[in-house]
Amino acid sequence: MHQHGPSDFTKSKKTLAKPNIRNIVVVDGVRIPFLQSGTSYKDLMPHDLARAALSGLLHRTNVPKDVVDYIIFGTVIQEVKTSNVAREAALGAGFSDKTPAHTVTMACISANQAMTTGVGLIASGQCDVVVAGGVELMSDVPIRHSRKMRKMMLDLNKAKTLGQRLSLLSKFRLNFLSPELPAVAEFSTSETMGHSADRLAAAFAVSRADQDEYALRSHSLAKKAQDEGLLSDIVPFKVPGKDTVTKDNGIRPSSLEQMAKLKPAFIKPYGTVTAANSSFLTDGASAMLIMAEEKALAMGYKPKAYLRDFVYVSQDPKDQLLLGPTYATPKVLEKAGLTLNDIDAFEFHEAFSGQILANFKAMDSDWFAQNYMGRKTKVGSPPLEKFNNWGGSLSLGHPFGATGCRLVMAAANRLRKEGGQYGLVAACAAGGQGHAMIVEAYPK
Amino acid sequence: MVASRAIGSLSRATASRMFRCPGYVCRNFTGSSALRSRTHINFGVKGDVAVVRLNSPNSKVNTLNKELQSEFMEVMNEIWASDQIRSAVLISTKPGCFIAGADINMLASCKTHEEVTRISQEGQRMFEKLEKSTKPIVAAISGACLGGGLELAISCQYRIATKDRKTVLGAPEVLLGILPGAGGTQRLPKMVGLPAAFDMMLTGRNIRADRAKRMGLVDQLVEPLGPGLKPPEERTIEYLEEVAVNFAKGLSDKKISIKRDKGLVEKLTSYALSIPFVRQQVYKKVEEKVRKQTKGLYPAPLKIIDVVKTGIEQGNDAGYLSESQKFGELAMTKESKALMGLYHGQVLCKKNKFGAPQKEVKDLAILGAGLMGAGIAQVSVDKGLKTILKDATLTGLGRGQQQVFKGLNDKVKKKALTSFERDSIFSNLTGQLDYQGFEKADMVIEAVFEDLSLKHRVLKEVIPGHCVFASNTSALPINEIAAASKRPEKVIGMHYFSPVDKMQLLEIITTDKTSKDTTASAVAVGLKQGKVIIVVKDGPGFYTTRCLAPMMSEVLRILQEGVEPKKLDSLTTSFGFPVGAATLVDEVGVDVAKHVSEDLGKAFGERFEGGNIELLKEMVSRGFLGRKSGKGFYIYQEGVKTKNVNSDMDGILASLKVPPKYGVSSDEDIQYRLVTRFVNEAVLCLQEGILATPTEGDIGAVFGLGFPPCLGGPFRFVDLYGAQKIVDRLRKFEAAYGKQFTPCQLLIDHANSANKFYQ
Repeated sequence: MHQHGPSDFTKSKKTLAKPNIRNIVVVDGVRIPFLQSGTSYKDLMPHDLARAALSGLLHRTNVPKDVVDYIIFGTVIQEVKTSNVAREAALGAGFSDKTPAHTVTMACISANQAMTTGVGLIASGQCDVVVAGGVELMSDVPIRHSRKMRKMMLDLNKAKTLGQRLSLLSKFRLNFLSPELPAVAEFSTSETMGHSADRLAAAFAVSRADQDEYALRSHSLAKKAQDEGLLSDIVPFKVPGKDTVTKDNGIRPSSLEQMAKLKPAFIKPYGTVTAANSSFLTDGASAMLIMAEEKALAMGYKPKAYLRDFVYVSQDPKDQLLLGPTYATPKVLEKAGLTLNDIDAFEFHEAFSGQILANFKAMDSDWFAQNYMGRKTKVGSPPLEKFNNWGGSLSLGHPFGATGCRLVMAAANRLRKEGGQYGLVAACAAGGQGHAMIVEAYPK
Repeated sequence: MVASRAIGSLSRATASRMFRCPGYVCRNFTGSSALRSRTHINFGVKGDVAVVRLNSPNSKVNTLNKELQSEFMEVMNEIWASDQIRSAVLISTKPGCFIAGADINMLASCKTHEEVTRISQEGQRMFEKLEKSTKPIVAAISGACLGGGLELAISCQYRIATKDRKTVLGAPEVLLGILPGAGGTQRLPKMVGLPAAFDMMLTGRNIRADRAKRMGLVDQLVEPLGPGLKPPEERTIEYLEEVAVNFAKGLSDKKISIKRDKGLVEKLTSYALSIPFVRQQVYKKVEEKVRKQTKGLYPAPLKIIDVVKTGIEQGNDAGYLSESQKFGELAMTKESKALMGLYHGQVLCKKNKFGAPQKEVKDLAILGAGLMGAGIAQVSVDKGLKTILKDATLTGLGRGQQQVFKGLNDKVKKKALTSFERDSIFSNLTGQLDYQGFEKADMVIEAVFEDLSLKHRVLKEVIPGHCVFASNTSALPINEIAAASKRPEKVIGMHYFSPVDKMQLLEIITTDKTSKDTTASAVAVGLKQGKVIIVVKDGPGFYTTRCLAPMMSEVLRILQEGVEPKKLDSLTTSFGFPVGAATLVDEVGVDVAKHVSEDLGKAFGERFEGGNIELLKEMVSRGFLGRKSGKGFYIYQEGVKTKNVNSDMDGILASLKVPPKYGVSSDEDIQYRLVTRFVNEAVLCLQEGILATPTEGDIGAVFGLGFPPCLGGPFRFVDLYGAQKIVDRLRKFEAAYGKQFTPCQLLIDHANSANKFYQ
């Protein structure tokens, strides 16, 4: 099924292999279906989801458990009982208890950080085989007692006499009981991400209609990909006490008329970001087997893709919170020696329609490049026909810690399916950070 | 603050300099108006919404001057006459300013109160037309919306404001000794309720956009935008306009109601205030409070209460009439002229007349983490200066660091800063015990103890080649400090006032050798720290301390003559000083006062005599150092608000008692003995060239020493009160006490001629 795709364009470089640096490959990657939070996964714990992804990866790749040198997982909202969720999941998934595991966190690019940490371990010769993944369970989040209540409870623990205890208890006030909820808000600015996205859309004059239209595109493409069975990274998950989950449940192509009826969700009453053009709270997990190329070949694998150059960027968390892709894309292209035209498959994380469209406008603006990025010219915006062709976070869902692996696998699988050579993965993250990586198809 | 601009400068402007909004659409518009070039207003139409954009040329702010008003009414008349237009948006395209107020020069040029009343009535009529407009008008507010600007905004049907720090609404007229004269006193109580309206008009405080929304002063908020395809400020104003246009459409289509949902508390309050008896109680309470705070020295607040009352109790017509009449009366008062003079002076003292320094100060080092050093550090890090705070001991340093942190944290509690901003500001501060990093400092400010040999040692220890050495001393002559330096052109005095984060004044002292660039550098740093700056020549006590010293000497004598500290305090505060004279000694510190009196006494001799310095010496030896030691003339206890007289002082005072002199010891005489010695010394400073201008003298006295603002400062006081009368008083006291009261030559000259310090 060799198609004549956009890859026939003459590339700036034949390959991104570098002398004296190990080639690092993705053997394969999987994810459990991404579900809207509060649905089938709601009674599970995060490491349960991570376990399912790991088991799925074992099943898909048949990798002997004892060859795995290291396991890294990304997660954002941590379950306090399993703060090193990578270790708990690995043990529960039957990996060798001799394989160390650690957990990383970098907001929406946590899984990307897990993967690139693995790349670093392999490139420096510390490891040959790494499993990287990510997990998020938004159905259950740690809701805490207030600081005052916590303080009183801790002091009570230390109190020795009844008198001390009573005197502590006498300080109790009813407002101590009001709980603390984790918010999807920036710690530094206290602004929720949706609010920032709405301001970003306004700053770039992205209209409500354009945002709705883009969201509809994401859902329609995801539906098509789902129907055509293209989302092959999914592994079914038999949820204890429930039916086996086999597909994502957030894909809901609607009509522009229906979407136009929704009220703004953040900047009321006149904002443009709504529930329909934002990514939704999602439960899910992903995992990926990364190896040094020679190791993979020695073990008889046919890898799917190379993981090539990558960058992390960061900028103002207030006004440029979601512009990570704009900053990261030209940087990673330059680093790899490619141009935007060399890229056959773009996989960008879609936090909000408005965020994606604002990034397009920023990437297409010389003024922005010159005044904010210190560049002479714009990088240009990705052509839509190569962009998130199998849906994106808006439609497939966005379990914060797990999305990174989905993006890389989507790029790798699309390159195989559509016949391209280079894929570009990019994402924004809370804290005003961003990431981009070049994925190169493994020659068939 | 209400800002003013010279009208003359406006006529030079050309239309081509106007800012044109790219979204400008003009269609279906009858008549010539939309295309006619105007000076202050750009007028376009979006669909059926008229967009009126204000931007006065050649000025940082828009003011409601005559030209702007007439252009505005011309445009409004066309809007009302047009069939195509159904609503309007009023917006300013000037960054950081909607309308900063009425043009106060308009009032200054009036000769009679009738003239001023007419100005008020014109304003009232103009805004009444807006209020009665059948086509809804939306005020889109970004930046300062003050005074007349606020009155205009509240005449509109709807208000949308940008939620940023620059956007503030307020009625600051009272600070200029006048009242909101264009319907503000009548509309504001209806809009935000009686208590909030009184608060705004009597304090003149600025209200930030988010609070204004909660109060019902604005209807919607617009978030400021970050960078997009244009600079953030430009795009934010454009966005504000887009949002406002949509609301204007919604209002004219009746899809949006101008009625606001009131909260329960608000409903209850407005119900309570509908009962006449409750209203009477409110008037009474507010009046009592105002009388207590102003001591009858400021007429404006009482008139504001009166005018509001008239409007509510006797109806609109009576209210508007009373407003315009009282406005006219107030504008003619001495108090108002004094306060407006201070306003102008403050504007002048916020400029760097020495130009930009060759090298901008970015790295600052402060020696000494005491009260002053830490205070200077706080106002510096606050504005992004990298600051080293050095002290000799870890305890001293820790105390200083805590002071800076507390100052910032208090702002967090008041929601003026976020905790994150606090942390990031605090990271500009480095506390240390050694001189590491001083080699990179652009300026070193020393704030160590008032001891010359110590300062010399520090000056020699510091040794950086390129940097400015500034001394924060209140009395030690700068040239004596500079004597130890190889680069005296780089040595300057920067006299801050305590508490540094609250007191606005900075007195900069230059010696004959100080270079202009060093002065420019010091002024630039001071302005960055948010200070109002006077630049004076070096000499014992400079300007501020020198004026204060003879008055302090008189304070001692008055106490020796048997006047109780409490009585003295009440005499001085009722004259308009914010802090009583005895309390002031306690606040400054008795040891500091002693130091200063000794130093200046030596320098100036007989003129600075009066009270016996033994009084201060005795107090120091007994440990009565004022507030800092817990005892001075009063006793200070943590958490105790009422001040008790320190009874241990009775013995000291009794031992130094002198009999009061006949004929110069009435309450009024006591007040004038204090004030005339102050004023005489201030005028002498101008005569001797310590001061460059009377304006700086007034600003220094009011903002640094608490000279009564209602008198406008010593020089304005001489002008308004009459030089001859002051000379007469001085002569009378001179007859009783001698040379300490001999009027200086310049004052005598003014008395003999019709000369005034201000033309």
